[in-house]
Amino acid sequence: MGIKTKDLLGLKNISKEEIELILNTAESMEEIIYRDVKKLPTLRGKSVVSLFYEPSTRTRSSFELAGKYLGADTMNMGVSSSSVKKGETLIDTGRTLDAMGIDMVVIRHPAAGAPKLLGENIKARVINAGDGYHEHPTQALLDMYTMRKKFGELQGLTVAIIGDILHSRVVRSNIWGLTKMGAEVIVCGPPTLLPADIAATGVRVVTSFEDALRDADVIMMLRIQLERQQKGLFPSKREYAKMYGLNKETLSLAKKDAMVMHPGPINRGVEISPEVYESVQSVIDEQVTAGVAVRMALLYLMMGSDFEDEKASS
Amino acid sequence: MKRLVLKNALIIDSVRHREFKGDILIENCKIKKVAEEIEINDREETRTIDLEGKVVTPGMIDMHVHLREPGEENKETIATGTKAAAYGGFTAVACMPNTYPAADNEATIELIKRRAEEAGNCRVLPVGCLTKERQGEIMAEYGFLKDAGVVALSDDGNGVMNSEVMRHCMEYATLYDLPVLSHCEDENLAEGGQIHEGYYSTILGLQGIPAAAEEIMIARDIALAELTGARLHICHISTKGGVELVRRAKEKGLKVTAEAAPHHFSLSDQETASYNTATKVNPPLRSEEHIQAVIAGLKDGTIDVIASDHAPHSREEKEVEYPFAPFGISGVETCLAVSLHYLYHTGKLSLRQLVEKFTTGPASVLGINIAGIEEGSLAHLTVFDPELVKAVNLKNWHSLGQNTPYAGKNLKGWPVMTIVGGKITAESLT
Ligand SMILES: [Zn+2]
Repeated sequence: MGIKTKDLLGLKNISKEEIELILNTAESMEEIIYRDVKKLPTLRGKSVVSLFYEPSTRTRSSFELAGKYLGADTMNMGVSSSSVKKGETLIDTGRTLDAMGIDMVVIRHPAAGAPKLLGENIKARVINAGDGYHEHPTQALLDMYTMRKKFGELQGLTVAIIGDILHSRVVRSNIWGLTKMGAEVIVCGPPTLLPADIAATGVRVVTSFEDALRDADVIMMLRIQLERQQKGLFPSKREYAKMYGLNKETLSLAKKDAMVMHPGPINRGVEISPEVYESVQSVIDEQVTAGVAVRMALLYLMMGSDFEDEKASS
Repeated sequence: MKRLVLKNALIIDSVRHREFKGDILIENCKIKKVAEEIEINDREETRTIDLEGKVVTPGMIDMHVHLREPGEENKETIATGTKAAAYGGFTAVACMPNTYPAADNEATIELIKRRAEEAGNCRVLPVGCLTKERQGEIMAEYGFLKDAGVVALSDDGNGVMNSEVMRHCMEYATLYDLPVLSHCEDENLAEGGQIHEGYYSTILGLQGIPAAAEEIMIARDIALAELTGARLHICHISTKGGVELVRRAKEKGLKVTAEAAPHHFSLSDQETASYNTATKVNPPLRSEEHIQAVIAGLKDGTIDVIASDHAPHSREEKEVEYPFAPFGISGVETCLAVSLHYLYHTGKLSLRQLVEKFTTGPASVLGINIAGIEEGSLAHLTVFDPELVKAVNLKNWHSLGQNTPYAGKNLKGWPVMTIVGGKITAESLT
């Protein structure tokens, strides 16, 4: 068994069984990360290209390491974000990569839907490493991996996600993944940062930080970007930190053993205070390790075996 | 061929308000005779067509198309766009002035008219700009434009954001009794938006365009119509609130009319979930409650006209990431077919009501006279087969713009022949 679809575009259209398979596989991969000699021959001769149309250090290096640990050839096609509109079209880039015999493309793109467009026009399998405000499936998988590691299972957990829900692809992937696994998701933020009809995805929507914290087993804080303030979505960093900042006092409103997460990079002192970041409840560094394990699992599952809809998609 | 005889057709004459089965004799560009049965002895010079099961109506008008010429001939030309219109069942189209240069001057209007005549596919009724270069700042020369032959004024593609400018444009348009065709969109509220704001914009991660962006401007323009006494026509209405505002304005007796595009009563924003850029259109495909409101508006007469908002684009422009693609559906060829399929065959509109939305509806908005199906009038006629089932096939497509969300879909009810001034300009009878 592997990943059924050719491309991993998001967690909306993936089954519970596939998610479980990825998380279980990631567990064995994590062991490899702690070894002295990490290089495995598993994916020798396979090639992975990362195509990042948006700056990212964390996700890109995580994928590259994951590929290297499994013995794949990894290559980074540098594309500046300014060339997105002007240069070669995404479809032509796909054609070029096929001609080079690439097996797997990891793409990050500012336009929602871009990985789907690439996937439909390329033979190589595609992993979405974040597209616009659409999905960021590997981030959600590593979040779920981290939660499962601590709580044993996801079923029955209450996960509160706080902040800029409107502009977050991490939230959307977490919603699909977590609700599929039987967890309850609460999204919380000021009304200006909550997208329309988000409740229809099956989440609880609250605007009060206190209400969100009260029942949460997991508190996931999102990065707030300054440009949202410039666009008039909240009045000031100061007021945002007061209303939705996680610090020692607000954390005390939550369950005693609530886990604190953040997809990074962090604005220290805005959405999360340094003390909370450094507290025992924070698993922010563990999330980074989990990221490599989950991406190894995906590369292994997607390059090591065929997919079922191969005929249909060609 | 000297004569054309159309036999056994169901004639729906929306102009003379009558409906009957009969034959039509066309000679020298004109309708020579309409009768229950016409027999011609001189077979040599006559083409007789059996239209059993087909419907003949006064020539249909699509009052909202973008022909792209001059300036964007890679998307469409007047020749290809009017040919597509003829195959869509139209004997006339009103073309929007967002060309390059914009149709804010007599020379551009003259060029459009000349090209249309050379092509000879259907009549072209040019719309002139509301403001110079469609900048929303300085009013265009309506007097000269009217002399050159424009039937209406519009900055379509954009609205006029400045209410004071819009007020004066509407006031001045009354001098020439020209209707103002308004593209209603609050640009600040809609900025950056890709699809209708709602569940789908949220899960697809595409920025939404709230219904309020349209409703606010419809409300403003109706207030200005009341203030100025101008003839206001709302283009491509797509929202529940907008339809209700027009309904109230009509009840008040204001000179307000509205049109709806087929994609706004047949496709919902669920279609955008494919990220297919053919679904990217402005105003966007809305949710079910808005679709139902548009249909209700067509039914009770709040919406007077069905028009395609034909907006062809080249393949290169549409084969890109969704947010980078231009807005627009190439719709003139499927406009009537989609309407028959989604309105007539679902029992929402009678055939008679539907025909009115394409004939007397647009004619009265534009203030032009159209002839009924009667002896002595110019033979502008549309023939359609309400029962014909056919898939939308891009291989038999006439527009340069292949950006249609209906590709491959089966539709029931298709135009089969278009006659302009006694001449057949499109025919797909089988
Ligand atoms: Zn428009």
